[in-house]
Amino acid sequence: MIQTLTIFRREFSGYFATPMAYVFLVIFLVFAAALTFYLGNFFERGQADLASFFMWHPWLYLFLIPAIAMRLWSEERKQGTIELFLTLPIGLGQAVLGKFLAAWAFTGVALALTFPIWITVNWLGAPDNGAILTGYAGSFLLAGGILAIGACISATTKSQVIAFVLTAAVAFVFTVSGSAIVLNFFSGWAPDWLTEAIRSFSFLTHFNAMNRGVIDIKDVFFFGSLIALFLFANAIVVDIKKAG
Amino acid sequence: MESMVAIRGLCKSFGPIRAVDDISFDVRRGEVLGFLGPNGAGKSTTMKMITGFLTPSAGSARICGHDVAAAPVKAKARIGYLPEGAPAYPDMTPAAFLGFIADIRRVPSADRARRIDFAVDRTQLRNVLHQPIETLSKGFKRRVGLAQAILHDPEVLILDEPTDGLDPNQKHEVRALIAELAREKATIISTHILEEVDAVCSRALIISQGRVVADGTPRELEARSRWHNAVTLILPRARLDGLRAALAGCAAVASVEDGTADAGLARVTAFPRVGANLIAELGTIGRDPAHAIEEIRVERGRLDEVFRQVTGARTSASARAAA
Repeated sequence: MIQTLTIFRREFSGYFATPMAYVFLVIFLVFAAALTFYLGNFFERGQADLASFFMWHPWLYLFLIPAIAMRLWSEERKQGTIELFLTLPIGLGQAVLGKFLAAWAFTGVALALTFPIWITVNWLGAPDNGAILTGYAGSFLLAGGILAIGACISATTKSQVIAFVLTAAVAFVFTVSGSAIVLNFFSGWAPDWLTEAIRSFSFLTHFNAMNRGVIDIKDVFFFGSLIALFLFANAIVVDIKKAG
Repeated sequence: MESMVAIRGLCKSFGPIRAVDDISFDVRRGEVLGFLGPNGAGKSTTMKMITGFLTPSAGSARICGHDVAAAPVKAKARIGYLPEGAPAYPDMTPAAFLGFIADIRRVPSADRARRIDFAVDRTQLRNVLHQPIETLSKGFKRRVGLAQAILHDPEVLILDEPTDGLDPNQKHEVRALIAELAREKATIISTHILEEVDAVCSRALIISQGRVVADGTPRELEARSRWHNAVTLILPRARLDGLRAALAGCAAVASVEDGTADAGLARVTAFPRVGANLIAELGTIGRDPAHAIEEIRVERGRLDEVFRQVTGARTSASARAAA
């Protein structure tokens, strides 16, 4: 546990040692705000809620989260530091968890820095702050889900570009798997249970449910088990691929 | 003496390629084992298996009684490892990096500052402590890797090419450091610099194509050389023919070779017959004023020749087998 924390601290401070953290934070905040106010018509809607803010998060995450996740393991492999890292007296699980939590906490920082929009909406009207809180929780869980997928994919390759593209592609499929395009593709020939299963993997479905101000245990469970599954796969991939 | 590193039948295959083929050895406390071999002989692969980075295809490695495969964390805690190329996190400073290593290796907080100071002083990192590692020269990066390996005062030191990329002064420092630390530890270093073996190793293991082809003290290995106990004489060039005639008449001499000579001087090396004590025989010739010998010396044997002999012979034998 202490060692997971040590890895977490090193990784987390690592983000701020390079310009990467600041570029990421600025881009995220600018895009989140621009999308909310221009495309989301925050003012014109005349409603005191953050629906027009949260609705863009899955699409922002689609290209921003893979950018964080891509370096998690492929950079270690490329630089050869993975040999140093994995010969330290730590368990593989601690290593995987420490790296993931640091990246997740970093997205948490980005999310927390959007607080001015929460102040704005409270100043303009009387929003349901409970719904806003569950919106933030949903957004944070969604970020964690994509990060876990990205961490696992990052362990499969030395190339950060490949890691980025694959993660974005997989995350895209998960995001839209509840949409008509994907479901129509399957509904013609696949059995109903399969179509239903694919629909149930949709990030959008689970994310939107939390946006409505309801924390359903099944949505939390979905993201939680998704993260656990991909981190487990991450550990296996690291173990298999470390030599290459 | 207890065996601190016990390697038994270690094998590693990468697909059809057998990189390490049935290697076994022991390293005891106070021993410095030199791992020699041509590039690609399997030195680094063996070290990666001992340190738990690679999983062996067969065989086992035990560190202070802990099996690396069965109890990896306990085994790794006892090892200080400098991987090939001395990797370190480029955006960290040596100070932050060593702090991280101290924390993750759970160096007690009472010892933390003292241990870091020791490692920094002994590897002479004091002046670059707060510069990002990526801005450091190759020699400094290597020393950061060394500092990291000795930081927690490990019982077993495994150093993959510790002096690679260092200048002669730094090499000397690092060898002195290894020699000093080695008294209390079991040490394995890999190198292809043969003088290093003479300087720091108490035992040398020559590997070729994944197998151990020679194992002994540097002296024992030197004794396998054709040059072992050969006698070299230096004399004026004008007297050369007289000496050759005298050597031809000596029963203990198997053959004579001319070496490189300085201006006006000739160098002749006489090789002994098996079991002959050449220097005793040549003493009378050497003292004969007719030859005007300027220098006479007994050769110790040449490690580089033994190295070529044991690693090259195998290559040509397998080349013949393949043909």
